[in-house]
Amino acid sequence: MAQEVLAALAGNVWQVSVGVGDTVEEDDELFVLEALKMEIPVYSPCDGTIKEIRVKKGDKVEEDDVLAVID
Amino acid sequence: MAVFEHMGIFAVTPGMCLMWLVSATLLYLAIKKKYEPLLLLPIGFGILVANLPLTNLMDPGEGLIWRFYHYGVEWELIPPLIFLGLGALTDFGPLLSQPRLIFLGAAAQAGVYVTFFVATSSGFTLEEAAAIGIIGGADGPTTIFLTAKLAPHLLGACAVAAYSYMALVPVIQPPVMRLLTTENERRIKMAKARKISDREKLLFPIVAGAVIILLVPASAPLIAMFMLGNLFRESKVVERLSDAAQNSLMNIVTIFLGLSVGATMNANNFLRREVIFIFVLGLFAFIIGTATGVILAKIMNLFTSNKINPLVGGAGVSAVPMAARVSQKMGMEADKKNHLLMFAMGPNIAGVIGTVIAAGIFLTMLG
Repeated sequence: MAQEVLAALAGNVWQVSVGVGDTVEEDDELFVLEALKMEIPVYSPCDGTIKEIRVKKGDKVEEDDVLAVID
Repeated sequence: MAVFEHMGIFAVTPGMCLMWLVSATLLYLAIKKKYEPLLLLPIGFGILVANLPLTNLMDPGEGLIWRFYHYGVEWELIPPLIFLGLGALTDFGPLLSQPRLIFLGAAAQAGVYVTFFVATSSGFTLEEAAAIGIIGGADGPTTIFLTAKLAPHLLGACAVAAYSYMALVPVIQPPVMRLLTTENERRIKMAKARKISDREKLLFPIVAGAVIILLVPASAPLIAMFMLGNLFRESKVVERLSDAAQNSLMNIVTIFLGLSVGATMNANNFLRREVIFIFVLGLFAFIIGTATGVILAKIMNLFTSNKINPLVGGAGVSAVPMAARVSQKMGMEADKKNHLLMFAMGPNIAGVIGTVIAAGIFLTMLG
């Protein structure tokens, strides 16, 4: 079952730490967002494989935007 | 022989040498430790040049830096211009989406008032006590604005205390917040906030500005500029003005502000025992403000099912956005998927407004 990874808050994508096809475990770091000059890691909500990454470094994201999809 | 008489080196006093050390300390903190470098660096350099003899830099009516100080700070030009820039930088969204968190920003002002009373009873005049108390509001320009009006002889000390403690927020706040909260409270995840429409954001600076100025007219110079800056931002039609206010203009006035505040610190008015008290009381004010914000959040939780993470209470002292970052960091330490940053920005911004109102009340009563 596919699960979406959402941005917890508005900010910029500072770093994309995984690539499509990577196997991840719950709590692995997937992205680092930047908000108010603070780096905030986004952790995986579940175990699985990265099916899709919808943002790239430097993108602006709003709260609840989909960052990636995990299968 | 006249050449020798006019050389500064023979007129150096021991007090000046001590001030050079103060200057060196601030320059070190600014450059090496990156503590509020935008302010502490010009302040540190201002102290150095103001404590070199025979320069006339601070002579009333003729000195170069005196002119910056007189027209910029005594005439109250610079702090309101900084507020214009802050307004353009501020997104009121987090505050509007959780209006109840405004109370946390108000509660943290308890640090200002408690310190005011403690300072009064430790022998400071009412005007001096107000200037010292406002350090606890953790807002540099407001501290300078109020101190320049009520107790100009303490300006250097109060400004340096305010800016250094703001830089030290990540050190001062966490122990206080940890002491007052349980692990479970720090893990509280807060309910998603409502999205704020563009129209609400546009109306806020106009309505809130008018209401606050009607209630506390003495806060008008800071509030009017703050809300105008925010209107630049939210109107979306004057991007150039918004950009100028938050970048170039702010940078320009910061240079004059830092330099002239530093230059007010000469050996005579800085090397006194009172200055130690100012630093101690300023720290005390920060701690009380942090604690009351956290405690009020816990009290509010007794009456609501929609729980507030008490860590966001600590952000009620202004210090934008350092205090909000502390809430975020401590929240993540308890649960790495808990993000309090945007929730904490609400009380954080409310804290700025609260501090300006507190300063306005002091001015009304004492000015």
